[in-house]
Amino acid sequence: MRLLNVFKIATKAIVLNKTRTLLTMLGIIIGVASVIAMLAIGEGSKESIRTTISAMGSNMITVKAGSDTRGGVRQEASVMESLTLSDFQAIKKQSTLLSYSTPVVEGKGQVINGSNNWPSSIYGVNPEYLSIKVVDLQSGSMFTDAEVQTASKVALIGQTVVDNVFPDGQEPVGQMIRFNNIPFKVIGVLEEKGENTFGQDQDDVVIAPYTTVQKRILAIDHLNQIIASAVSEEEAPNVVIEVSNILREQHKLADSEEDDFHVRSMEELISTFSSTSEMLTILLVAVASISLLIGGIGIMNIMYVSVKERTKEIGLRMAVGAKGADILMQFLIEAILISITGGVLGVLLGLGATVFIEKFLNWPTSVAMYSIVISFAVCAVTGIFFGWYPARKASALDPITALRYE
Amino acid sequence: MTKEIIKIEDLKREFTMGTETVHALRGISFTIKEGEFVTIMGSSGSGKSTMLNILGCLDQPTSGIYEIDGVSVKDLNRNELATIRNEKIGFIFQSYNLLARTSAIENVELPLLYNSKVNSEARRERAIKALEMVGLGDRLHHTPSQLSGGQQQRVAIARSLVNNPVMILADEATGNLDTRTSYEIMSLFQELNKQGITITFVTHEPDIATFSSRTIVLKDGDIMQDYKNDNVQSAAEELAKLPKQDD
Ligand SMILES: Nc1ncnc2c1ncn2[C@@H]1O[C@H](COP(=O)(O)OP(=O)(O)OP(=O)(O)O)[C@@H](O)[C@H]1O
Ligand SMILES: [Mg+2]
Repeated sequence: MRLLNVFKIATKAIVLNKTRTLLTMLGIIIGVASVIAMLAIGEGSKESIRTTISAMGSNMITVKAGSDTRGGVRQEASVMESLTLSDFQAIKKQSTLLSYSTPVVEGKGQVINGSNNWPSSIYGVNPEYLSIKVVDLQSGSMFTDAEVQTASKVALIGQTVVDNVFPDGQEPVGQMIRFNNIPFKVIGVLEEKGENTFGQDQDDVVIAPYTTVQKRILAIDHLNQIIASAVSEEEAPNVVIEVSNILREQHKLADSEEDDFHVRSMEELISTFSSTSEMLTILLVAVASISLLIGGIGIMNIMYVSVKERTKEIGLRMAVGAKGADILMQFLIEAILISITGGVLGVLLGLGATVFIEKFLNWPTSVAMYSIVISFAVCAVTGIFFGWYPARKASALDPITALRYE
Repeated sequence: MTKEIIKIEDLKREFTMGTETVHALRGISFTIKEGEFVTIMGSSGSGKSTMLNILGCLDQPTSGIYEIDGVSVKDLNRNELATIRNEKIGFIFQSYNLLARTSAIENVELPLLYNSKVNSEARRERAIKALEMVGLGDRLHHTPSQLSGGQQQRVAIARSLVNNPVMILADEATGNLDTRTSYEIMSLFQELNKQGITITFVTHEPDIATFSSRTIVLKDGDIMQDYKNDNVQSAAEELAKLPKQDD
């Protein structure tokens, strides 16, 4: 009953000072809204990275040549020639945890069809490539193992390449194109995948048998990469160990020597990127928290002014029978009401901002329930924390001193 | 024998301002019995307000004894003092002390907000009744800035009455009123006094003192005179004698 009355008094004071209260709330509103929006952006980008990587095949294993630490002059990993076809064959034969695997050789060059040409990348692989990368075909078919054996000049192209070298809407399958002046017969078009999170166009590719690319385009014997897919995502870390052991044996590395290759699973990639975006989230949230803190100080400031300004009122209330606790509660409730109302408005604004960011800026967002709960709790605590001191001060006043205060 | 509602003995109040000490009360003693109507007179600065504040449990004496209803005020804690102020005392301030931007009725309701025994309907009812008693039944929702000085004073009086106090302490409650209105207020106080409420009334005007049963005169913090008034005037009768106004 009594508390209810004090609650009413507090609300009345807020209503009487609408503008001031709103301005005080602004700090909290902006603080909460930014915490929620920042977390939504952070969560959103994390989720989108995860989905893109999963779409690229989350149980994919990549083997690359590493730096050669034995020689005097160290060289960039991509020009190392330590990965060979026999490495691939050894892995394929010995590994028990792989479902697909392919050698990869890659090069850049110009795709030409008549008067149209387009710079693109060529990947030399075997037919299992499609299953590893989880890519389907729009039309045509994949080359066969026999075509790999004979180093046939056949290729599959991505949609971007189609758009640029077949601008008239011609059916590409069956047509001849040239890659760096080597003629290829187009036997299929890859399904469209769009850009990945890192901004790479996944459709700007030419796929051909690795033997063809090795012999006719790059004139090399070694491989650039070996990619494979583990039987399951959970086995991926074991595959990394298994493949490493096979390769160490292949390369006849002594125990004291470091690996001259790199084996990575997508899982690692995901956690690398997740932790980067987590760092970013922490940073964003830290900035947002500071604004929440400033909002809290704003509340303290206004409560302080409010107590000063209403010293006479406090004196009068005490003179007619208000106890210290009544006065304390009155100002505390006032502070909490300001901060919680600010919190609610902040949550709404934050959600609004998130929708805006998603819709109009096309940034992936994902509102986490915990961010709402946390910022709300922080608000209530802010109200109590920053309202306490001024309220305490008000309640300790002497009635006559307060009444005489000018 | 009626009981002593106020008993002060050798009450002193000093204000220290830097090195200077102001002796506002220099050791005064008196008792007020239940049902008395006492006026306190004295020139400006003689210590009337200082004394009334102590009697109202708003201020503490520097030394001396103050017993209210047999209880020594010195032994009470802040909360107990608040309860006494709320339930036993109706205080009318020299400068009204109404809450700004708050309607008359809400101002009058104020003491009842801090009385857990009164629910919101009873609160409203009693506030309206108190305002009607002071003749402001038609000004319930006016804020202080929309009321004249005299009307504000009457709101303050209504506020002191609303919680049915045992005693009313009034600091120049008629100071801003014309003769007619102050007589109206005095007849109201006489009415309340008849119902058994003890009234201590600070005033400058000797004619107001004639409505009380006893007068204490202060000078420079000491009691100059303390006399019974055998010939108590009826404010209602005096009011009738006043020339009729045509309003
Ligand atoms: N808080 C204070 N600090 C210092 N001196 C004070 C304080 N309150 C009152 N005094 C002094 O105490 C003396 C008595 O003041 P008080 O207000 O009681 O006078 P009063 O009789 O009520 O006068 P008035 O008729 O003008 O209201 C005065 O000299 C005044 O200056
Ligand atoms: Mg005075």
